[in-house]
Amino acid sequence: MSGQNLVERLSKRFGDKITGSNLEAIDPWIEVSPDGIAEVCEYLRDDAELRLNLLNCITGVDYFMADPKKAAKAGWEPHTEVVYHLSSTLNKHSLVLKVILPRWKDGVEGELPEVLSVSGVYNTANWHEREVYDLSGVRFVGHPNLRRILCPEDWVGYPLRKDYEMPLEYHGIRGR
Amino acid sequence: MATQLDDARIIEFDVRTDEMLVNMGPQHPSTHGVLRLVLRTDGEIVSEVEPHLGYLHRCAEKIGENLTPRQWIPYTDRMDYLAGMNMNLGWSLCVEKLIEHDLSEKAKHLRVIIAEMGRIASHLVGMGAYGLDLGTFSPFLYAFREREKILDLFEEACGARLTYSYLTPGGATADLPNGWLQKCSAFLDQFEPVIQEYHALLTTNAIFVKRTAAIGVMSGEMAVDYGCTGPVLRGSGVDYDLRRDGEERYTEMYDGYAFEVIVQKEGHYPKDHDYPAIPKEAVLGDCWHRFYVRMLEVVQAVDLVRQAIDRYSTASGDWGVPIKLTHKLPKGEVYLETEAPRGQMGFYLVSDGNAIPWRVRARSSCFCNLSVTSELCRGCLIADVPAIVGSLDVVMGEIDR
Repeated sequence: MSGQNLVERLSKRFGDKITGSNLEAIDPWIEVSPDGIAEVCEYLRDDAELRLNLLNCITGVDYFMADPKKAAKAGWEPHTEVVYHLSSTLNKHSLVLKVILPRWKDGVEGELPEVLSVSGVYNTANWHEREVYDLSGVRFVGHPNLRRILCPEDWVGYPLRKDYEMPLEYHGIRGR
Repeated sequence: MATQLDDARIIEFDVRTDEMLVNMGPQHPSTHGVLRLVLRTDGEIVSEVEPHLGYLHRCAEKIGENLTPRQWIPYTDRMDYLAGMNMNLGWSLCVEKLIEHDLSEKAKHLRVIIAEMGRIASHLVGMGAYGLDLGTFSPFLYAFREREKILDLFEEACGARLTYSYLTPGGATADLPNGWLQKCSAFLDQFEPVIQEYHALLTTNAIFVKRTAAIGVMSGEMAVDYGCTGPVLRGSGVDYDLRRDGEERYTEMYDGYAFEVIVQKEGHYPKDHDYPAIPKEAVLGDCWHRFYVRMLEVVQAVDLVRQAIDRYSTASGDWGVPIKLTHKLPKGEVYLETEAPRGQMGFYLVSDGNAIPWRVRARSSCFCNLSVTSELCRGCLIADVPAIVGSLDVVMGEIDR
């Protein structure tokens, strides 16, 4: 199925939950709204033609430039992206989904942006979402056990955010 | 009616032991590095397993945002440190996909030789360490005897024995030295008959079969649902190998090679005619099958290296001069997965047009493979926990990154 066909089919079914697409990129992607990702994934997994049954990876990417001069040239507004890489072990093809989120929920600094969890669709998502929460600071609504996975549980901050600052000390260990 | 205390069932029901939390690891010898498992046990029965990770977290992804793609190669070595060559390959292919660089024939065959030798070395450790998990020491020594020779060959090619940084975007840091191919062929000739010893030591060993057959059975659907890949997935009977089904940039390396995906079909593995038969206790998807898939992949890798040596010596082009990558990277984002020994290793690179990437992400195969532990270990005996975790063959360096 061509990319254009797939986007049209998804738009027809999910309406404005499909918010956009980029089919010219090296790995073309489809943008999904934060409250639609779980049902879109479920559809992609169960559809007889697509059968995208393997969730390869979930990544959080933070777009933020501290330097205002550089930020003006960057060509994007500050935001956070959650990227889903799906593939099919049966039909041997793959797909990229993206969810675009604000950096902070309602613009309030410290309030994590929210997206629906897909851990009910793919069990792989359970740990991957914990990792994205841990490192990129995205809250997955409906996740059964959303806590830090790689950093210690009392760690402060989200290290892969671009405005993250290393703590000066952690339990008496000097940071820098 | 008074309770019949001499009824054995009532006594057994009455005398209940309390549930106990047991810590296995992070420094337990059979947890493959610093993995901590918290077991909730009722006597000998495990009712819940909770893995705790992060003891080896070295912020590789954060470091990658501050280095050029070539400078990050040594960090990929330290992910799956038992298969450094395959990690280098995954990252190099990902960068080449971004800059749209195509390799010469010779460079591709060189990479097949190196990647498959890396697979042999890695599976040898997996096999030896699995023996250790189950309480037998000798297979480990036998495995390391052969692995040393592979490391000697790698040392001759690139100067390092563990963290190679040999394959880079563009090809490899240097061509194979004179006489290397002859030494490699000699090693393969010597190695192939030795595989029988491993089968005698482990695969067909009655105790080994008892400890692994029908333990930790995982269905194919469950394996896919948890994102398990590599031998763990194929041990459950799912016919999926990126060397055949992956992206073209990766599969073209193996174009024209004769090889079959190692997976059980109709009760048989390909090429299993002169290898030990599947014991009747074993069930598809159990620890024994995961182990057996690895052993057959070793045999297959030997065959692939032989084919690659033939092609490499007659191929045209150069061995792949490394790209300096001092200029700015093109804008864009790429994701590429390769079939590393432990599963699908994926790299995701987001570039905003600078010389250093905006974001790098390593999708670790062991990370997903380990996540299935709590499901597999539910209701098993404590002694089976090392058998199950060992059969997943995890390397903590890759999980924690």
